[in-house]
Amino acid sequence: MWEALLEPLSYEFMQRSLIVAVLVGLICAVVGSYLMVQRLALLGDAISHSVLPGLAVAYMIGANIFIGAFIAGVLSTMAIAWIRSRSPIKEDAAMGIVFSACFALGITLITLIQRDNKIDLNHFLFGNILAVSRPEVWQTALISALVLVVVVLLYKELLFYTFDPLGAQAAGLPTNLLNFGLMLLIALTIVASMKSVGVILVLSLLITPGATAYLLVNRLHQVMILGAGIGIVSSISGMYLSYFFNLPSGPAIVLVVSGIFVLALLFSPTHGVFTQPQTKSNESMVWRELKGLIRRH
Amino acid sequence: MNPIALPFQNHLVQQPNSSGQVEQTCMSSNASIAVNRLSVSYRAVEALRDISLVIRPGRLVGIFGPNGAGKSTLLKAMLGLIPNTSGSVLYHSKPLMQQLDKVAYVPQRSQIDWSYPATVWDVVMMGRVQKTDWFRRFSTTSRRVAAAALERVGMEKYRDRPIGQLSGGQQQRVFLARALAQEPEIFCFDEPLAGIDQKTQEIIFEIFHELVAAGKLVLVVNHDLGETIAHFDDLILLNQSLVAYGPRRQVLTQENLYRAYGGRVMFAAGEAA
Repeated sequence: MWEALLEPLSYEFMQRSLIVAVLVGLICAVVGSYLMVQRLALLGDAISHSVLPGLAVAYMIGANIFIGAFIAGVLSTMAIAWIRSRSPIKEDAAMGIVFSACFALGITLITLIQRDNKIDLNHFLFGNILAVSRPEVWQTALISALVLVVVVLLYKELLFYTFDPLGAQAAGLPTNLLNFGLMLLIALTIVASMKSVGVILVLSLLITPGATAYLLVNRLHQVMILGAGIGIVSSISGMYLSYFFNLPSGPAIVLVVSGIFVLALLFSPTHGVFTQPQTKSNESMVWRELKGLIRRH
Repeated sequence: MNPIALPFQNHLVQQPNSSGQVEQTCMSSNASIAVNRLSVSYRAVEALRDISLVIRPGRLVGIFGPNGAGKSTLLKAMLGLIPNTSGSVLYHSKPLMQQLDKVAYVPQRSQIDWSYPATVWDVVMMGRVQKTDWFRRFSTTSRRVAAAALERVGMEKYRDRPIGQLSGGQQQRVFLARALAQEPEIFCFDEPLAGIDQKTQEIIFEIFHELVAAGKLVLVVNHDLGETIAHFDDLILLNQSLVAYGPRRQVLTQENLYRAYGGRVMFAAGEAA
């Protein structure tokens, strides 16, 4: 048993990918908790899809793709904020518009450069964690350290701001800066996660661990810590599953984290479907209205 | 002077003052909030028109008016939480916006996501964030102040309770404790009396009167013209523009109420005066 578990570690590429998977599982859960409590899950999706064109442009001009992706992610959040403040379009619609447009642009650009270069669009969309290089491990570690330090140092301010933005603003906190800082953290986290799960599935690592923890504990820092634990465990198990059963790594990680969520959803002591007495469910209401309609005709 | 400024002038003159001297009035207006010709628009819609008033500490001031009169907007615009199209708001002769460390603002309960993963204690401690340096943890003083505030509103037993498990009145008391923990000079409450129980209402007014007696500036948005109106010293009657402002009895005239509420005047309010 132990030998089987240790076997993958004898490969250097597996060591590297495991380190990256653990780091990504950790910071995604921590930063994603802020998205969940602010009901901004869609923003995570928006930023992750929006990094594609930046990535492609960076590749074309030979710049660092992390930096290109980061800039694109930040620009897209600014575009969303701009549309929302300058027009009657609501935030969720603005997100939908910006992220699908950026995604389309990204796919177009990557398809164009794919012809002349040895790059694969699928690696960006779904991750290619087994191919992470040593410098990429360091970059991920550096981003992770930065993200965690900022979250710890600004914890009380970000808690106040994400719970009650108006109250925080009225108390004199620089809420616009805090919000922008939070967007930078999210963009950084997504950029660091591109290699492991890809831009399409990163939303799962951002939202699901925090949402799972939210079903089990009651305070934001507990949500973050438990969420980080869930994220890390999922990353490691997903990597092992992918190794032993020859599954794609990103999807394997996402399936594990989703499985843990389902367990919490069903069995959480305070919010579980099976542990809590149920009130009239939506389905039975729909069924009852339907019967009422049928009876009348 | 435009006619809208008239009630505010009356107010200054008629305000019962300990010395009753004009000079005194001018000096104390230094420690008051001076709103000067404040207007606010949401896109093309005008929400507040040319509001001028001087709000002084030591009086419980209620902002009243019908739905959509701009009561919350006035509070938010005074604190700079929403942009104004024109006008100024001064405190100690400087823009109030730049002195928000002296302000505690309690938003409407309905604007808050009460399923947020936080306990009562977490929320009250938010009141100490502005008093704590960046990157620092809360001091023992801050913890003591927050604990005292929680006790003052009778919620100390609920310290570790998730906020989502509280009743509306309890949630409002937690917010009041947070405001107290901020130790501000100016208290602003947006509809604190909406949907709360009798006990909470008593505690809230008891604390309001204490704050006022301690010389704090307390501003309360309220839409209910019921019997609670008798608790307020001064009323700001609003309907996009300022209808009347002054001591309660002078403001609560049939004519003013008609101008603010139109045909929907509740004359019970007149009796409360």
